[in-house]
Amino acid sequence: MQQLKLMRIELTRYSIIRSLMLSRWPQFILTSLALTGFLLAILTGWFGTPVGSRNFSIIFVWIAWWAILMLIAVPFFGRGWCSICPIPAPGEWLQRGALLQPNGKGGLSLGKRWPNKFRNIWLQNGAFLLVALFSIIVLTQPRFTAVVLTAFLSIAVATSLIFERRAFCRYLCPVGGFIGLYSQLAPIELRVKDAAICASHKTKDCYNGNLRGYGCPWQVFPGGLTKNTHCGLCMECLRTCTEDNILVQTRPFAQDLILPGGRRLDEAYKAFIMLGSALVYMSVLLGPWGSLKSAAYQIGSAPWFAYVAAFLVFVLAVVPGLFSVAVLIGRRLAGLRYNARRSVINFAYALIPLGLAAWIAFSLSFVFANLTYLAPALSDPFGWGWDLIGAAGVGWSPLFTETVPLMQIAILTIGLFGSISIVRRIAAEGVSKTAALYQSIPISLFCVGATILILTLLIA
Amino acid sequence: MYSTQIPVKIVRSWPWIAIIASILVIAFTPLPLKASQPVARTVRVEARSFEFSPSVIHVEQGQQVTIELIATDVVHGIYVDGYGHEIIANPGQTATLTFIADKSGSFRLRCSVTCGALHPFMIGKLNVGVNLLFYRAIGLSVLAGLAGFMLFRPRNEQ
Ligand code: SF4
Ligand code: SF4
Ligand SMILES: [Cu+2]
Repeated sequence: MQQLKLMRIELTRYSIIRSLMLSRWPQFILTSLALTGFLLAILTGWFGTPVGSRNFSIIFVWIAWWAILMLIAVPFFGRGWCSICPIPAPGEWLQRGALLQPNGKGGLSLGKRWPNKFRNIWLQNGAFLLVALFSIIVLTQPRFTAVVLTAFLSIAVATSLIFERRAFCRYLCPVGGFIGLYSQLAPIELRVKDAAICASHKTKDCYNGNLRGYGCPWQVFPGGLTKNTHCGLCMECLRTCTEDNILVQTRPFAQDLILPGGRRLDEAYKAFIMLGSALVYMSVLLGPWGSLKSAAYQIGSAPWFAYVAAFLVFVLAVVPGLFSVAVLIGRRLAGLRYNARRSVINFAYALIPLGLAAWIAFSLSFVFANLTYLAPALSDPFGWGWDLIGAAGVGWSPLFTETVPLMQIAILTIGLFGSISIVRRIAAEGVSKTAALYQSIPISLFCVGATILILTLLIA
Repeated sequence: MYSTQIPVKIVRSWPWIAIIASILVIAFTPLPLKASQPVARTVRVEARSFEFSPSVIHVEQGQQVTIELIATDVVHGIYVDGYGHEIIANPGQTATLTFIADKSGSFRLRCSVTCGALHPFMIGKLNVGVNLLFYRAIGLSVLAGLAGFMLFRPRNEQ
């Protein structure tokens, strides 16, 4: 336990970090830069060359942004990306009627409450799958990337104008869904120092807002915050709290996964969907099977419908089905009789470390293979023959082709280690030592099997 | 009583010593493979958007390999991961690449000329000899799984 204490450093205690977090400028500048890149990607996507590898939109979004998101932001900062994400920014500025601190006048939104029926991440699961089914074409064709980005931006603005707070991020954004899921692993958290102070605090400025900042845009009451999933690390509560009760601190990885409460079916499904689609992407994009690639690419054709059906069945039925079988076998072995559905949901959270490791391993493959497209795409964003930074002629060569497999092995090994440790901890919740042991075995074997499958797809 | 404490500690830690030792063995043992084969090997590879056929090539370690690349529709190329060799073939023409396959393992073959939308994912495989890395990886991950399994000791004795 001593080691766990050592890994907790309260960042908000250091005045430099604290003032950087309190100031709105760093966030505003990073968001504006990201928004500029994003708008340029929309422009180049619509009007630039249709050749993906020469078009800024594809390279900026699917190589640069994706690499930063999956290799750095999500594993180390959880929802850190959400705090500077450009997609909800224009809508949020309109909604607030301000770019920086509250001006007391209020903004343009109708401020409706998000319907109760959709207060879950099923819509995000659906939105993710919808994009995933078209992803081969979105990943490779600038026009389609532009369509997707334009749609994200318009839906985000519309949502901000109709509903209160960041309803788009919390309930619709397909990216936000998996960032939230994996943010539970991050070695950083924002929490209250003392929940008792919150409970007795009448005005609850963190939720309602005051002149120093806005009420939690993510519809979270910081006093009740136990998991990173829905906290966008926007730092509003740090600004609004009148009792100096908010802290940001480092912590050991994956802490949220071992909290017994608050596990839900929609999030469990997110874990299945993410692991399943990582496997599909590895097979389609990185495998040697040409017919699979063209089936995924020829949208509307018969092979595409077959691909869609296979994708959905695999991700929504095969992966959860096999996993449930593993959970149920364990339950039998352990002689346990508790709610089967509940235990499948609980154990699904153990797939989160392996799922993120799979996505990182997958991303390593194509990010480094295509990173050398970045300089020419910056030099000639539209592919019109410009040469802004003199790098238009840089040729393609894949980077680190010998070390990428080693990095993939390392990250998958860590992921499997993490997943199985979580299986053991979840299994021990409220049952005897022996029962927990038996319950863990089949689920751990499922994780080992999934890892071997991933290794086969990536390095065999 | 306390005289048994030291043996208990050793007994408790031996699985860990075993796991760590096996990790080191699996990760670093150099395995001398059988001597190189003198027979040269020529493989004809057809490239069309967006696949190579055959898409997977098997050769022996140490073998002299010649790849004859034929592009059937537009210009395609082959870049051999790990080896760094590259050839480009114009439509209808054959380009050849000869090299000694001295590194064992599985190496991706990537199309090296932008040939259309799916170009970045036009991928084949060159398997040379035994893919030791793959087996090491499986060994390591199983051990990591085992370590994750053993690391946790439930506290509640019921
Ligand atoms: S304003 Fe501060 S003290 Fe009050 S409820 Fe929010 S976090 Fe707690
Ligand atoms: S809890 Fe605080 S930091 Fe997190 S989203 Fe809400 S206001 Fe922002
Ligand atoms: Cu090609």
